[in-house]
Amino acid sequence: MRYFLIGLFCLLPSLSFAAVAKDIADDPVLEARMIHLAEKVRCLVCQSEPVSTSHSEWSQDVRNIMREKMKEGATDQQILDMLVARFGKSVLYDPPVDNETAPLWGAPFVMLFFGGALLIYQLKKRRGKVVDATLTAQDEQRAADLLNEPSSKDHQA
Amino acid sequence: MMRFILPLVLFLILAVFLFKGLGRDTREVPSPLIGKAAPVFSLPTLNEPAKQFSPKEMLGRVWLLNVWASWCEACKDEHPVLMQFSSEKVLPIVGVDYKDKREDGIDTLKKAGDPYDQVISDADGKVGFDYGVYGVPETYVIDKTGIIRFKQIGPVTPENLRDKLMPLIAELQAK
Repeated sequence: MRYFLIGLFCLLPSLSFAAVAKDIADDPVLEARMIHLAEKVRCLVCQSEPVSTSHSEWSQDVRNIMREKMKEGATDQQILDMLVARFGKSVLYDPPVDNETAPLWGAPFVMLFFGGALLIYQLKKRRGKVVDATLTAQDEQRAADLLNEPSSKDHQA
Repeated sequence: MMRFILPLVLFLILAVFLFKGLGRDTREVPSPLIGKAAPVFSLPTLNEPAKQFSPKEMLGRVWLLNVWASWCEACKDEHPVLMQFSSEKVLPIVGVDYKDKREDGIDTLKKAGDPYDQVISDADGKVGFDYGVYGVPETYVIDKTGIIRFKQIGPVTPENLRDKLMPLIAELQAK
């Protein structure tokens, strides 16, 4: 009995799929095009999910509107522009480069520039500090003695 | 000394940015509709489906467009605030019953009170979509020339009514 129940519960997910299946256009080509476009659009209700996979009612509405507009012959860009006009650029997962988003796109390069400059500066400063040590005969002898100690097995005479 | 101060300063700058980010509500997307003409529409009123409402009727007045629904939980929190505000008769409030069944909308207003000068029914949510609605309640301040001046996403609270909406409304009405 218990195993029967477990089996039954395993079948539950299939029911949820049955419910989603309604939310689909009759034309598979149009549906594929819509889903492809909806992948680029953020679900504003769930934030971290694209409209293509979101189950939120808002995303369903957006998908329906996309289907409608596509049937009316709108291009993908026209549909995206329409969404941006209503909900702002943050509906796009790939925000366009413009005056507002330029700092965001430029910041990594600015940071790379300053990081690189800092690195070069530090290296130059260090070069000035490191002096080639000149060893006296005594120092050399001491070094050789240390290296020849029996414990250092990898020493080469 | 510099080698200690510099990382500390950099850390503090980063900390300030991260801390500010913590306090921000990522759901609050700045609406691109601010400063633009309120989208035109014509919808039946909730109580008399034969009667139509269009934003054109409101030209010459500063007004509020409040999007709500009977199924919306946050609207229940907002409702008493609107009731109070409406009794002060500062400006006309137009309610949009968004993606709701007509009976449910009427029923809700009967039980909880009706703060609106007019209520319209946006049963399929098309007008809501044009206004960029994605989370009810949402409230728009529209000026005398029909331009959207402010959008509140989420419930209107006594605080943001006092600090944001009222000063803006007074400013727009004086124009």
